[in-house]
Amino acid sequence: MSIPSSPAAVPSSSSSSSSLLAGVTRHRRRQLIEAVVVFALIALLPLLVKNAYLRNVIVLTLMYAALAQSWNILGGYCGQISLGHALYFGVGAYAVSKLYVSYGVLPWFGMLAGGGLAVLLALALGYGTFRLKGHYFSIATLVIAEMGLLIVHNWDWLGGATGIQWPFGPDSWATLQFARDKTPYIFFALGLLVVTWLLTFFIEGSKWGYWWRAVKDHPEAAESLGVTVFRSKMAAAALSAFFTAIGGGFYAAFVSYVDPDSVMHFRFSLLMVLPVVLGGIGTLWGPILGAAILVPLSEFTRSYVGGSGGGLDLMLYGGLVMAVALLKPEGLIKLFARKTRIREAAR
Amino acid sequence: MSIDILLETIDVTRRFGGLVANRDVSIRVHRGEILGLIGPNGAGKSTLFNLIAGAYLPTSGSIRFDGRDITELPATRRCALGIARTYQVPRSFDSMTVLENVMVGGFVRHASSKAARLAALQVLDFTGLSRTAGTLTGELTPPEKRRLEVARALATEPKLLLLDEVLTGLTPSEAQMGVELIRRVRDAGITVVMVEHVMQIVMPLVDRAIVLNLGTVLANGSPADVVRDPAVISAYLGTRHAA
Repeated sequence: MSIPSSPAAVPSSSSSSSSLLAGVTRHRRRQLIEAVVVFALIALLPLLVKNAYLRNVIVLTLMYAALAQSWNILGGYCGQISLGHALYFGVGAYAVSKLYVSYGVLPWFGMLAGGGLAVLLALALGYGTFRLKGHYFSIATLVIAEMGLLIVHNWDWLGGATGIQWPFGPDSWATLQFARDKTPYIFFALGLLVVTWLLTFFIEGSKWGYWWRAVKDHPEAAESLGVTVFRSKMAAAALSAFFTAIGGGFYAAFVSYVDPDSVMHFRFSLLMVLPVVLGGIGTLWGPILGAAILVPLSEFTRSYVGGSGGGLDLMLYGGLVMAVALLKPEGLIKLFARKTRIREAAR
Repeated sequence: MSIDILLETIDVTRRFGGLVANRDVSIRVHRGEILGLIGPNGAGKSTLFNLIAGAYLPTSGSIRFDGRDITELPATRRCALGIARTYQVPRSFDSMTVLENVMVGGFVRHASSKAARLAALQVLDFTGLSRTAGTLTGELTPPEKRRLEVARALATEPKLLLLDEVLTGLTPSEAQMGVELIRRVRDAGITVVMVEHVMQIVMPLVDRAIVLNLGTVLANGSPADVVRDPAVISAYLGTRHAA
């Protein structure tokens, strides 16, 4: 079947639709150019910032930006609010540590293994939890992640509560160990962020982006329009878990040490969600903006207050997110927004 | 099943707990017709509609579409086979623009965004929504939202379009525009089944009407015959008005 255009409407609408199509292409191209500029500027940061502490903050900011971007794939685009992503982060961190320390497998391969394991886990858990709706899904993810934490705590093969300490070795890209100069970590974390950003960019422009957003807005209506809802959620969960685990593996290499509470605590799940909520859920730049505000803020409060900060940083987080939820529910990115996407092109 | 029958329900029964919403309903939808599914409130129209669309599965009985048994198929598969529906209360994707809403349906037939976008633009043109392509659905007027429901369904390139009270609650002139759109949909080769309870609007539009009452088929025939049927009159107005 094909739908014939009504003759009267053809001339005007075909010209406006071709300008609309050109607008979409132009908009996408401009987003790519913006990305090149932003990421290039970040890559130049090590030239300006020599202070080791500040470089540390940059590494963490970029890492959390990448993690938030990964969480956003499932939570922001597909609308499945996971509060248990610490599980995948932990899987990645432990896979890399165990494989390297016990079997001498280089972290690069360990990350792939951890990512693969996280995907399997996400699919297995998704098979059960994606039948749950809304809050029930979120609660299930939270509980499952806590179970994971308890299991690792009591698992001697993974070092139990003491975890796994990485051996000291020479600085090397092969083992991702850089004791003296942390600059390479900046580039690795930036690389991960670029990959997750590009992935999100391509998803946004593809069938999956449209289908996932349809699933988020109205699953039943999506189903009636031929959207494979369950499969959409599974695909989003798998991608999200994979990159979260890669981030976990990177973190393990960065701190050269893992224990259950330092990689699988609920805190990590929160630290992936909050930047997204602050910056703008389901947007391309929101997670990065959110992380750029929250992570330095958190690190600076912790260093001023001393120790682990006594939770003051998390209180600040909570306050900020509440303020955003009340004043700018779409996230801070909307402060920058031109009229979004095709809306603009259509004018 | 002869080739000119697009959809057939055979002794379809659907229970909700103790309530029997549809009992042994057998109807046939002919290719290329506009069929009205009418009846008083609680007659089981919406249930039958949802059984055909795949939102519910029947308790017993079977449904055939385009020569195959679809009784157990989920809504997604039915859409791929060529059944599209609208919702009585519009369920637009509010984080997206009108064009993007329609594209979601277009992806059933088109793999690339570009192809889906082109197809969606054609549908918007056909349904008279081109002007709103770039607007967020939250900014649409109620009649535009109804139109969007139809546009989204058409983007899946269906053989059968199920319309759930798309004309109810519109002003006479809006309803008239809706009627014209439905006629053009049929003229494009799409079979239409519409649920309505406002008889005045549907009767001039439909080729045939099936009246449901208390979950069973009460009457089936041309609009003119159906409205004169004493059983139909008594179902709508009570027995005093019959005869």
